[in-house]
Amino acid sequence: MEIGKPKLKVQLGSIQLKNPVMTASGTFGYGNEFTNYVNLHHLGGIVVKGISLLPRPGNPPPRIVETEGGMLNAIGLENVGVLAFINDKMPFLKEAGTEVIVNILGDTVDEYAEIANKLNNIKGISAIEVNISCPNVKKGGVAFGADPKMVSAVTRAVKDNTNLPVIMKLSPNVTDITATAMAAEQAGADAVSLINTLMAMAIDSETRRPRLANIIGGLSGPAIKPVALRMVWQVAKTVKIPVIGIGGIMNTEDALEFLIAGATAIEVGTANLINPAITGEIVQGISDYLSAHRLESVQEIIGSLITE
Amino acid sequence: MTSYQTNAEILRKEQITGDIFRLTLNCPEIADQARPGQFIMLKASAKNTPFLRRPFSVHQTSINGRVQVLFKVLGKGTEYLASCTSGTLLSVVGPLGRGFTLPQKGTSVCLIGGGMGIAPLFFLAKRLSRHHDHYTSIKVMLGAATAKELLTLKSDFEQLGMPVEMATDDGSAGHHGFVTDLVQSTIGENPPWAFYTCGPHPMMKKIALLCREKDCFCEASLETMMACGIGACLGCVIPRPLPTESGEQYFHVCKDGPVFDAGDILWK
Ligand SMILES: Cc1cc2nc3c(=O)[nH]c(=O)nc-3n(C[C@H](O)[C@H](O)[C@H](O)COP(=O)(O)OP(=O)(O)OC[C@H]3O[C@@H](n4cnc5c(N)ncnc54)[C@H](O)[C@@H]3O)c2cc1C
Ligand SMILES: Cc1cc2nc3c(=O)[nH]c(=O)nc-3n(C[C@H](O)[C@H](O)[C@H](O)COP(=O)(O)O)c2cc1C
Ligand code: FES
Repeated sequence: MEIGKPKLKVQLGSIQLKNPVMTASGTFGYGNEFTNYVNLHHLGGIVVKGISLLPRPGNPPPRIVETEGGMLNAIGLENVGVLAFINDKMPFLKEAGTEVIVNILGDTVDEYAEIANKLNNIKGISAIEVNISCPNVKKGGVAFGADPKMVSAVTRAVKDNTNLPVIMKLSPNVTDITATAMAAEQAGADAVSLINTLMAMAIDSETRRPRLANIIGGLSGPAIKPVALRMVWQVAKTVKIPVIGIGGIMNTEDALEFLIAGATAIEVGTANLINPAITGEIVQGISDYLSAHRLESVQEIIGSLITE
Repeated sequence: MTSYQTNAEILRKEQITGDIFRLTLNCPEIADQARPGQFIMLKASAKNTPFLRRPFSVHQTSINGRVQVLFKVLGKGTEYLASCTSGTLLSVVGPLGRGFTLPQKGTSVCLIGGGMGIAPLFFLAKRLSRHHDHYTSIKVMLGAATAKELLTLKSDFEQLGMPVEMATDDGSAGHHGFVTDLVQSTIGENPPWAFYTCGPHPMMKKIALLCREKDCFCEASLETMMACGIGACLGCVIPRPLPTESGEQYFHVCKDGPVFDAGDILWK
């Protein structure tokens, strides 16, 4: 029996993606940097660099350092700010032929609310992803994502200020990620995405200095994949809203592992920096895998982990 | 600006000295688009280690689709590149970044390269040699640790009809000392000058300050740690002397550079 092309569509709350492959915030710029290498139209979605209320200059250099199987970054959330984003970046993005998900960040709960509000009626935005791995300046700099109560507060504040679907991006720097995932779900999140980078550091033993000016940075890349997979699996078992898997996805097999663990969609991060065409290749790779296994739809593999 | 990701075959590997190599890659699209001062990102491993690509200046291109890089072995990535044999495929992204601005007609041109900073200057020299008569003179000043590292490169420039002055740390060729010493004596003659420099930071700083003092045009090609090379990761920054109107405090070397007007750089 000949079967047709496998179906790749997935549903993230109220938005439909043409396939489960998206880009992770901060690794795909505002999309236009990649048009030489990948057809944006082929992607499930683009998650843009994190946007704050006002432009942020970012951290002093060095901001990046290579580590075994990955890299550390301490970019310091450099971005153009929400108004310049809307004026300068959205005209290109809304014609990109894919879902545009705007990643936002803030220093206070009110700031998240205000950005969500400013983005609410902008044409071409499909959803908001909320980065809660940043410090709450009113709570002594503890990351919002570290405390289920703060996660609830940010989720509510964003939900109250937008009609767009809201994806809460969870931090892995917690003891129990299912607790923050549940807090997001109960406060009305439409989906959760995980994981953000793992707090890490690197030292030069010759100079006895940290390799990043910021001393601490976020670890990403293949080194974090097993941790990310475990967390995605735990969260997918715990919440009913869709889960987006992120962390060290370098190729099709990695992406499939996250889908099998229970992710409805995935985001490719650091891999874009090394192979700017990788997202398109993974879309094709998933399709080929489904054909090879005679599966009609990607739905058949989502959460299909066999444990007995 | 169009750039490409492609698997390029290594057509030739030359060992210039013990740890300096030159690779000739077959990548016609990149060869066609590349301008002097631009760079490419090479995947310098067969697997995931080293994890990130490595940036290299375009050393020269040819009309039959070749791109050359000149490099020194420093760590794992360059060791891998030095171990590749012809026939190996390397993943290349490029051409990237902002290259040199060509000098105006009637200027005296001076190219000052230190160590591997000589790599992009040769591409510029080739481009200038097409219209040699547009310029009052073209001088080349090369600096390195020792004579061996310079001899092949010196004759490459001389074949373009450009006189080469050398400076070596050990005095084994040319001036015994810094290449910057040679600049000092040149800057007074035949104005206006256009200086182009690439090499160690202290060398470029000295030239930049000299040019600022004498009000000469000067462009410098800078290096930083880079992850993507295409303006996506925001990792490759250096401070701007003044923030922009929109509050930007940093240049992104892979996009705004690697070539900068030396007067725009905060030389530390
Ligand atoms: C725009 C640009 C153009 C360049 N052009 C050339 C060129 O034409 N020829 C050439 O030989 N080199 C060039 N470099 C430097 C080259 O990229 C590094 O030497 C190379 O990345 C080292 O890789 P590795 O794995 O061998 O060394 P690693 O093990 O990564 O590092 C070894 C040493 O090299 C230094 N290093 C690592 N990465 C860089 C970097 N990106 N820039 C500067 N130093 C670095 C480290 O501080 C360390 O001390 C260029 C760099 C840039 C940013
Ligand atoms: C250079 C860089 C910048 C990043 N910037 C952001 C950001 O602005 N907002 C955010 O939520 N995550 C940011 N991230 C985290 C990624 O989106 C992703 O969650 C993480 O890197 C793990 O995925 P990966 O291993 O596939 O890269 C950044 C990651 C990197 C490497
Ligand atoms: S190296 Fe990634 S933005 Fe410059």
